[in-house]
Amino acid sequence: MTNNIPALSIRGLRKVYGNSFEALKGIDLEVRAGDFFALLGPNGAGKSTTIGILCSLIQKSEGEVEIFGKNIDSQFSQAKKDIGVMPQEFNFNQFEKVLDIVVTQAGYYGLPRKLALSRAEKYLRKLGLWDKRNDRGRTLSGGMKRRLMIARALVHEPRLLILDEPTAGVDIELRRSLWEFLKEINEQGTTIILTTHYLEEAESLCRNIAIIDQGQIVENTTTKALLGQLNKEVFILDTKEALADFPLIEGYPAHAIDPHSFEVEVDKAQSLNELFVALSERGIHVVSMRNKANRLEELFISMTNQDAQSLDSRVATSDEGFAS
Amino acid sequence: MNYHEQWIAFATLVVKEIRRFARIWQQTLLPPAITIALYFVIFGTLIGPRIGEMSGFSYMEFVVPGLIMLSVITNSFGNVVSSFFGNKFAGNIEEMLVSPMPNYVILLGFLTGGVARGLAVGAIVTVLSLFFTDLDIQHPLITISVIFLTSILFSLAGLVNAIYAENFDDITIIPTFILTPLTYLGGVFYSMSLLPEFWQGVSKLNPVLYMVNAFRYGFLGVSDIDVRWAFVMIVMFVVVLFIFSLRLLETGKNLRA
Repeated sequence: MTNNIPALSIRGLRKVYGNSFEALKGIDLEVRAGDFFALLGPNGAGKSTTIGILCSLIQKSEGEVEIFGKNIDSQFSQAKKDIGVMPQEFNFNQFEKVLDIVVTQAGYYGLPRKLALSRAEKYLRKLGLWDKRNDRGRTLSGGMKRRLMIARALVHEPRLLILDEPTAGVDIELRRSLWEFLKEINEQGTTIILTTHYLEEAESLCRNIAIIDQGQIVENTTTKALLGQLNKEVFILDTKEALADFPLIEGYPAHAIDPHSFEVEVDKAQSLNELFVALSERGIHVVSMRNKANRLEELFISMTNQDAQSLDSRVATSDEGFAS
Repeated sequence: MNYHEQWIAFATLVVKEIRRFARIWQQTLLPPAITIALYFVIFGTLIGPRIGEMSGFSYMEFVVPGLIMLSVITNSFGNVVSSFFGNKFAGNIEEMLVSPMPNYVILLGFLTGGVARGLAVGAIVTVLSLFFTDLDIQHPLITISVIFLTSILFSLAGLVNAIYAENFDDITIIPTFILTPLTYLGGVFYSMSLLPEFWQGVSKLNPVLYMVNAFRYGFLGVSDIDVRWAFVMIVMFVVVLFIFSLRLLETGKNLRA
């Protein structure tokens, strides 16, 4: 989908909280219509503040925000109609029935009841919740609750869908199915902005990525260009036999993890073939090989000055996410 | 949002509010009916005959309008304060705040929910009172308009309380320490003429006195105060509270960071 008017235009956005904490330091951001866009950043970087301002749950201190060319201050009603938001926390009435939750939200957007019911059925079916329509919200599993919030965000068919950690805490199978669903609605023209701690999610889904840190945008480019900045990768190699002496290979910094595995740093200009030739010459048989970390994660660490240790506790790779 | 869409949003919120208190009728409709029925039995049937006449009527006839008003006041206030604060506490209020619904539609939606419960309980209590006395309404228009305006007023008061409240204690302080004393001292159970002159003057500072007396005037045709003045007071409070509530919603007090 092409459109000259950006889905989101942010200029000089600043937010200072009552305790003088400056959460946003005058950020500029533009998301083109039809994009699948990731807003990444460590905890406290300003992601939620930005999203809160877009959804008018947080009042900005300075700056201009436009949704499809409509100013959120002077044309708030039109601007809000174009936004659908799925917050990170479950914020629906747990005592209401699933169908009522979605239909009520449609009513708040002025949709007639007949249309609201048909839209609710459409999205509840797509998200596998139609059979649960008469169940109370509190009886749903965590994954179902998350899907319910997506259905609720979509019921008025917004042009811009904002997802704050859409797959947090859901199992890997459901996460993959949600990815497919999000890809489908994006292909149908809905612009999507997501925040996520699963960097693999951003790498798989998003065409463009902005990284926010300490209230400032430190990177805003295409996913491809961002990954292109990665000039080295770290691989973990598992060997068939235990290594008595750790092999030193010139040009490939490496260190042992245990007798059966070691990690090696490979520059983008170097060849993996050369590494394997050198290992073969030393009689080392490699039985498996994997990336030490998600590629985007490595960039994220360098751009936000996160050390790997602190990141471990905050940024989950897909497997860690599954385990949690 | 055009007016038709605003109407749909308003109707959606009102239906949601009515569905809420109807779903939990054991907590919202039944207790006030039992409480007021006990008042009828104790004050009207058991103690009433020993008290004798009040303002020229049997005590039961005298106390019925006051008790209807008491139930409408507490339930209109209670409905909005608990519903709005519950929405705020659980985060559901965000469903409304992110939508294009104007603030006045949100205000009118909760207000209508409060009035609906207040009048529903008022109707239940009125029907119950028929088991204890005959009702002969002297001025139906005054009766209806006073109960309606009072219900609006206390629904608005409930909304203000809910917006300022930061925890569950905050939504019980006003009803316990302000609303109940004002109501009990507002002429529900006695005529102001029984009080010494000084306390009659003090009582006139109590806004509930005007509502109870205007409502009683509608029923019995007698009042301790000028009914016109009562209407002026009630309407003035409604206007002030409406503007104040709307202002709180627009500034996002305790709702938007």
